[in-house]
Amino acid sequence: MSQDFRLDNIGMVNRNKKISFTFNGKKYFGYEGDTIASALIANGVHLVGRSFKYHRPRGFFGVGVDEPYAILQLERNNERDPNIRATEQEIFEGLEVKSVNCWPSVNFDIGAINNFLKMFFPAGFYYKTFMWPPSFWYKIYEPFIRMAAGFGEASIKHDKERYEHKYEYCDLLITGSGPSGLASAYAAAKNGARVILAEDKPRYGGSLLTSDVNIGNQTGIEWSEKIITELKSMSNVIVKNRSQVFGYYDHNMLVMSERISDHLPKTQKYLPKQRLWYIRAKEVLISSGSIERPLVFGNNDTPGVMLSSAAKEYMKVYGVLVGKKPLIFTNNDSGYETAIEFKKNGVNPLILDTRKEPSSDIISEAKNLGIEIKFSYVVVAAKGYKKVKSADIAKISDNKKDLSNIENIECDCICVSGFWTPSIHLASQSGNKSEFNEKIDAFIPKKSKQKENTIGSANGKFTLEETINEAFDKGYEVSNKITENNNKVSIPTVVEKKSTEHDKFWCVPLPKGKSYKRFLDFQNDVAVTDIELALREGFRSIEHVKRYTTLGMATDQGKTSNLNGLQLVSDIENKVVPQVGHTTFRPPYTPVSIGAIVGREVGKHSKPTRKSPMHEWHEKNNAIFVDAGVWLRPRYYKQGNETLFEASKREAKNVRKNVGVCDVTTLGKIDVKGPDAAEFLNRVYTNAWLKLPVGKARYGVMLREDGIVMDDGTTTRISENHYHMTTTTAQAANVLSHLEYYLQLVWPELNVNVVSTTEQWAGAAIAGPNSRALLMKLFPNTDVSNEGLPFMGYKEADLFGFPAKIYRISFSGELAYEVNVESDYGNFMWEKIIEVGKEFQIQPYGTEALSTLRIEMGHVAGSELDGRTIPHDASLEGLVSKKKDFIGKRSLSRSAFIKPDREKIVGVVPLDKTTSIPEGSYIVKDPKAKLPNPKLGHVSASCWSVEYDNPFSLAIIKDGKNMIGQKLFAMSPLKNKTIAVEIVSSHYVDPEGKRVRA
Amino acid sequence: MLYIFCPHCGLRSQNEFAYGGDATVKRPELNKEISDQEWNNFVYLRKSPRGKHLELWHHISGCRQWIKVERDTSTHEIFKTYKADELTE
Repeated sequence: MSQDFRLDNIGMVNRNKKISFTFNGKKYFGYEGDTIASALIANGVHLVGRSFKYHRPRGFFGVGVDEPYAILQLERNNERDPNIRATEQEIFEGLEVKSVNCWPSVNFDIGAINNFLKMFFPAGFYYKTFMWPPSFWYKIYEPFIRMAAGFGEASIKHDKERYEHKYEYCDLLITGSGPSGLASAYAAAKNGARVILAEDKPRYGGSLLTSDVNIGNQTGIEWSEKIITELKSMSNVIVKNRSQVFGYYDHNMLVMSERISDHLPKTQKYLPKQRLWYIRAKEVLISSGSIERPLVFGNNDTPGVMLSSAAKEYMKVYGVLVGKKPLIFTNNDSGYETAIEFKKNGVNPLILDTRKEPSSDIISEAKNLGIEIKFSYVVVAAKGYKKVKSADIAKISDNKKDLSNIENIECDCICVSGFWTPSIHLASQSGNKSEFNEKIDAFIPKKSKQKENTIGSANGKFTLEETINEAFDKGYEVSNKITENNNKVSIPTVVEKKSTEHDKFWCVPLPKGKSYKRFLDFQNDVAVTDIELALREGFRSIEHVKRYTTLGMATDQGKTSNLNGLQLVSDIENKVVPQVGHTTFRPPYTPVSIGAIVGREVGKHSKPTRKSPMHEWHEKNNAIFVDAGVWLRPRYYKQGNETLFEASKREAKNVRKNVGVCDVTTLGKIDVKGPDAAEFLNRVYTNAWLKLPVGKARYGVMLREDGIVMDDGTTTRISENHYHMTTTTAQAANVLSHLEYYLQLVWPELNVNVVSTTEQWAGAAIAGPNSRALLMKLFPNTDVSNEGLPFMGYKEADLFGFPAKIYRISFSGELAYEVNVESDYGNFMWEKIIEVGKEFQIQPYGTEALSTLRIEMGHVAGSELDGRTIPHDASLEGLVSKKKDFIGKRSLSRSAFIKPDREKIVGVVPLDKTTSIPEGSYIVKDPKAKLPNPKLGHVSASCWSVEYDNPFSLAIIKDGKNMIGQKLFAMSPLKNKTIAVEIVSSHYVDPEGKRVRA
Repeated sequence: MLYIFCPHCGLRSQNEFAYGGDATVKRPELNKEISDQEWNNFVYLRKSPRGKHLELWHHISGCRQWIKVERDTSTHEIFKTYKADELTE
C-alpha cells in the first residue's frame, strides 16, 4: 500500500518500522514515530470528526497540544480513552481509534442537520430555545442535549491500568525543550543546579526541529541533539519527554503528567501507564513557546484549512504533505517558511500576503525560488464540504475594508498564519499579571509573581538570537542565585534569516451578500456572529462573553481562539485589547487523565487498611468483615448458611447466656502522663477526675466548646501520673488532636504529655455470665473475684508468661472484662481465650452482636453521639459536674440546651413485637397528619433484642423523658413503612445495672 | 499546595498539616463568669480577613505540634511561622 502524501527523503519517523492501525474500522499503516494525525494525512485522510454544535466536518488544524478538531476515541488493551488528540497520540501496532460526535458515521452524520438549523443555535441557545414550555426540560430537552453533548464515550469499566504519583524537588524546572529551554537548562546545569527539563512531545528541540537556522556552526537540530545528549549524561539533570507541565500552583508547586506507556501497545510490566509529578521547584523557567494564530475568513473550519506551522512540521518531522496544491494565507513572514518547505519538496504553493509591500530575507528567498506571491490578497472563503477544493480569494483595499477582484482558485489545503501567540498559561497560573504587547499583538508575562521567569517566544521573543541570548543569561542568573558557582558557559553564535513586521490584520470582511460562517473557536463552534450577538445583547465583561458564547471553553481552552476573540470584542467595542483584558487561565493546560490525578489511591488503596493482630484468626474462622473507619472489623462469624441476622442473634444470645469474646483492638488508646494529668482530665471530661484512685477506671464524656458531645470512653489510672485513655474507634485521631491543642495552646502550663498507643495494644472484650470463671482459668495467679477486681477495677496480670492488663469495664452490659496485651502477643492471647473458653461455651462475636448488646442496654454510641447531641440528649447529664469547669461547660447553659422539652434518648418497641423499625425513621404522633408531618425525633439505632426476642430501637425525641409509655408511630418514607410503637425506657435490659457489678 | 515552614521540622508540604483556624482567638479562663455574648464570640465568631491573618496549623503527619502561621489569605504568601508558645509580633 503506497502512501500518496508521504515524502521520501525528509522526516524523522523510522521508515524501517511499519505500523498498522485502524481508524473507524479501516486499516491504515504508518511508521514508528508517526502520530495518528501524520499517519492519516500520509494516507490522504482529512475528515476525522464532526464539530460540537453544527456537526460540520472536522479535519486537522494543528500539530500538537493546540489541536481543536482531531479529538478521537482510542481503544487500547480493552481500555477506552475518550479524549485523545490525534496530533499528540503516537501510533502503535494494533491501535484502534474512532471518530466522536457523529452518527451513524463521520462521512454521513445526521447531526449535521444542525448546520441548517443554525438560526436555532445562536450564542446562549440553551437559555433561549429550551426555555419553553418548562415541563419539556426534564423529559425532552435535557436528554436530547445530553445525548448531543460532549466528545467521546467514557468507559464505565474499572480502569485496570496503573497510574503513579511522584514527588520531586529541584532547583530549576524548565517547561519546554525548544531553543530557550535547552539553552537555559544547559547554562543552569553547567552551573551546578539540579534541573528538570520537561518536554511534552516525544522529540526534543521544539522549533529547532522545523526551522532553518544555525547555532554555533551546527544546524539547529544538531545543536539540540548535542545539548540533550549532554544534559542526559549529567547527574544533576532530569530530562523527560512526553511530559506536560500542566499546572502552576502555590509556592512554586508544579504538576506534570508523564505519559509513559500511552505510545505503546501495552503497558510494560513494572511500569505505570502515566505518572503524575508534583514538583516543588526553587525557580521555574517557562519556555513553553508560542502557538500560531489563525486568520479568520469564511468557512475557515473546512478540513484542509490548517496552521502553516503545522503544515511545515508535518513535512519536516513526519515527511508528510498536507496537500499538493497548497494555498498559503499569511499576514507575516512565517507563512513563507512553510511555502519554501513545500517548494523544496517539489510542490508549488501560492502565497497570499495581506501586507502591501513587505520585504525581508525570507520573502526574497521565496521570490528567488520562483514561488508565486500575491500581496494585499486574502482568502474570502474556503470552498468544499468535507475537504477544501478551492478558495475564493480577493484583493483587499489598503484600509482592509473592501474586497475586489474576487476569483475562485483551485487548491487542496489552505495554510494560515496570523502571527504568534505566546503560551503564557503557566505564568498566568502562577499569578503573573500579563501585559499586552502592541508589537506582537499578544499578551506576555509581566513582573514575576512566584519564582518564575518566562523566556523565549513564550515571552514574545521571536528571533532565535534574542531567545538564545536571553535563555543562556537567565539559566545562569537563576541557577547562580542557588548554587553561587559562578560557572558561566559561552553563548554560541546564531545565524538565522531576518524577518520583517507582521500585519495587524486578522479577520477578512464578508463580501456583499454573503453570510459565510467565520469561526473563532473551532472546537466549540463559536463564530464571529456569535460574539457580535453577545455584545448586542449587552454582555460586556470578557468573562461574561466567554461564558455566554462558550468561546475558549472547550478542551483546547481556546489556545488558537482566545486572542482573535479578544480582538473582535475590542474592534466592536472600539477599545484596544488591553482594555478588554483576557479571561483567566486555569490549570490544566492540556486535558489530564482522571486516572493520573487519582493515582494509586483507588478502591481499597484510597485509604490505608488497618487490621488487628488477630485478623488472620478472624479470617480463618469465617469472619465477615465490615469497614470501621480505616479498620476492618469482624461483623459476624458465619456458621453454615447463616445470615447476618441469624449469626448476630446467635452471638449476642451466647454473650447473655454464656460468654463471648470480641476484638476491641480498634478502640483508640491514648497515654496521658505527667504530674498534671489528673487536672488535665478534669478539664477535658465533664465529670470529676481528681479523686480517681490508682487501679481504677472511670467512664468519661468529653465535649466540644459548643457543648456537643465529642467522644466518650473509659480512662484508667495506671499509676500516680499515668492514665490510659480509650476513645471510640472513629474519633481516636480527632481526640488526640483535641488534647494536643489544649496542652500546647490553651494550657501550656500543664505538665502533661499525650501519645497514641492504639497500635501498641491488642484488646479482647470478654463478656457474659461465664466471663469470671474463664478469667480465673486464664489468670490463675490473680485474684479476679468481685472483691479482688470489682466493677471499674484494673489489674496487671500474667497471661501464660506474657504481661497483660485487665480492665473490668463493660459495653455489653454483662459482667465483662477487657484484656490488653502488647500487639505482638495479640494472637496468642486470642487463641488462649478461645481454647480455655471452650468449656464455658465461648463464641467470638462481631460488631453486629456488639451493637445489639449495647442498644438493648441503652448504651450510647456514634449513632447517638452524632455531633448534634449534648449530654442531656443521651441521658448522660448525670456525668456533668456542677462544681468544676470543663471544656464546653459554658455552652450547656445556652437557652436551647436547657429548655424543658429538650430531646432525650428513649427506647422504642413496635406494638406488634415483630416489625423491625428502620434506622432513621421519624417518630410522629399522627401518621395521617398533613405534610410536613411535625416530627418528634428520629430512630438512631435498631436491633433485635435477644433478651426479649422482639425488635427494639433507640430514638432521640422531643421531651423524651415525658413520652415514656406513649403510643406513637415510627414512619420511614424511604422504606414506605408506618409502624405503631410504644415509647419505653432506653435501658431495656437490666436497667439497674446489676449484671456488670455481679 | 502550600509550603509551610514548621519551626520544629523545616519546610514541609501542606499535606502534612491540618488547618486549625484563627490563632488570635483566646479561650476565656476557666471558672470565669462571662456573658452569653462573650462566650458566643469565643465559640462562633471569627473574622475572615482578606490579607494578613494569623492562623493555626497542626503538623499532624510530622511532629504533631500546633504552630502559628502568618499567611496572606488572598495570595497565600506566608510571612512568618511561630511555635505554639512563641509570642507573635
